[in-house]
Amino acid sequence: MLKVNDINVYYGAIHAIKNISFEVNDGEIVTLIGANGAGKSTTLQTVSGLLHSKTGSIEFLGKNIMGVPPHKVVAHGLAHVPEGRRVFLQMSVEENLEMGAYTRPNSEIADSIADIYQRFPRLKERRRQVAGTLSGGEQQMLAMGRAMMSKPKLLMLDEPSMGLAPILVEQIFDIIQELNAAGTTILLVEQNAQMALSIAHRGYVLETGKIVATGTGHELLEDESVKRAYLGG
Amino acid sequence: MDFSSLLLGLLDNLVRGLSLGSVYAIIALGYTMVYGIAKMLNFAHGDVIMVGAYICFFATSTYGLPPVVGILLSMAVCTVLGIVIERLAYKPLRQAPSLAVLITAIGVSYFLQNAAQLLWTSSPKVFSSVVPKGDVSFFGGQLSVTYLTIVTIVVCVVIMLVLTFFTNKTKMGKAMRACSEDKGAAQLMGIDVNATISITFAIGSALAAIAGVLLCSAYPNLTPTTGSMPGIKAFTAAVFGGIGSIPGALLGGLLLGIIEIFAGSYISTQLSNAIVFGVLIIVLLVKPAGLLGKKIREKV
Repeated sequence: MLKVNDINVYYGAIHAIKNISFEVNDGEIVTLIGANGAGKSTTLQTVSGLLHSKTGSIEFLGKNIMGVPPHKVVAHGLAHVPEGRRVFLQMSVEENLEMGAYTRPNSEIADSIADIYQRFPRLKERRRQVAGTLSGGEQQMLAMGRAMMSKPKLLMLDEPSMGLAPILVEQIFDIIQELNAAGTTILLVEQNAQMALSIAHRGYVLETGKIVATGTGHELLEDESVKRAYLGG
Repeated sequence: MDFSSLLLGLLDNLVRGLSLGSVYAIIALGYTMVYGIAKMLNFAHGDVIMVGAYICFFATSTYGLPPVVGILLSMAVCTVLGIVIERLAYKPLRQAPSLAVLITAIGVSYFLQNAAQLLWTSSPKVFSSVVPKGDVSFFGGQLSVTYLTIVTIVVCVVIMLVLTFFTNKTKMGKAMRACSEDKGAAQLMGIDVNATISITFAIGSALAAIAGVLLCSAYPNLTPTTGSMPGIKAFTAAVFGGIGSIPGALLGGLLLGIIEIFAGSYISTQLSNAIVFGVLIIVLLVKPAGLLGKKIREKV
């Protein structure tokens, strides 16, 4: 579904992503794990067009989407929940959801909002509130719901567990699995490697801009070097 | 002076203040909308007003077209001008430090003034009002209000209502608010940020044309620098009300107009500008974000 082939991304003189290649197949949950600064978010931002790679290709559903501006990537069926959630704090919950469906015809929006409310009843209770008044967990749900409003084939999540209490992290990961079971392919970036690997079909380990290990979620959980570096064992 | 004539005087000044304030508010809307989305102060905005007034002047006085056509033509020209200014002068500086953008905006302002001087000379044109002369009397003729004053206030109210509806209820208006909050996230929603910025400049410039026509209908002396003082006043009004806020621009504009007229009538005509800017300084000392300004939230 997504084939990232040999990308290189620079921040000025800093070589942030070095020859990264990976793929995500239809129906999978794939995770990119690694320490802070390893290049996980940079990779996602490059896929969604916010950053540019100097080399290689990014193929999504058979089309090269490299160089496509970010506002056009969404329409290809690729949604990106950015790090730190980035919901529109001064807009209401419902308006945030409407923005998520920006590329879709107006006539379909009401039905989609109803679907999202079914999955996230909490958001329905707060539909008229501005997003800035929501708790961190609710904002994460809103960010995910907002991304689902574009009816993506592939949902990219950047650090969904960041800053959340353990019980909420569990809840968010349950939702990710539910979305996946309902047919959405997931690309998950996480610092919480334990949680991410436990739900992922496959994973890639990033270190200073390079992929240093790959395998199924289970394999990586058992891998000695991964354990030492990321799982506190 | 007896009590009733004092009261009538107050009322007369209030109406005149509201009318002048309405013009400031319409100009301030352009400043505040552009600031809200592009996070820049478009100091050329005042000069777009001047261009709008010239276009309407030539359309109505030189070519004898009806006022409505003159206004529409002037709005069309200013809309295009606003989009072109943004595309040529500001868009290349999207990633540049804000100081560079600010200096560019001042440059564009001088460019427009000098281009106007080259094209249309610096000798003043006498603008003829787009609103028929005449007035409505109240209190048995003791208070008369000109048609122009009434039209100006009504136009301002209509613009406010339309803009409020647009930003709160339409898809494009909501997309504008999304862009003004977080451009990166807006792009991830599929919103074309560059197009949204263009539309904002287009709306602001069309409003500037309306303001220019109303302003010159009241103060008919039209020169290439006609727009600069009202531009600065309207900028003050936008900051006064809280820059980035649409209701703030209305409130700031109206208050500024009222303060200016009252200061001119009751204190001193010469000092009225000083008083206006003095009030701004006091407001900013007490409420740095302006009257209706949003608290600046640091991103975590």
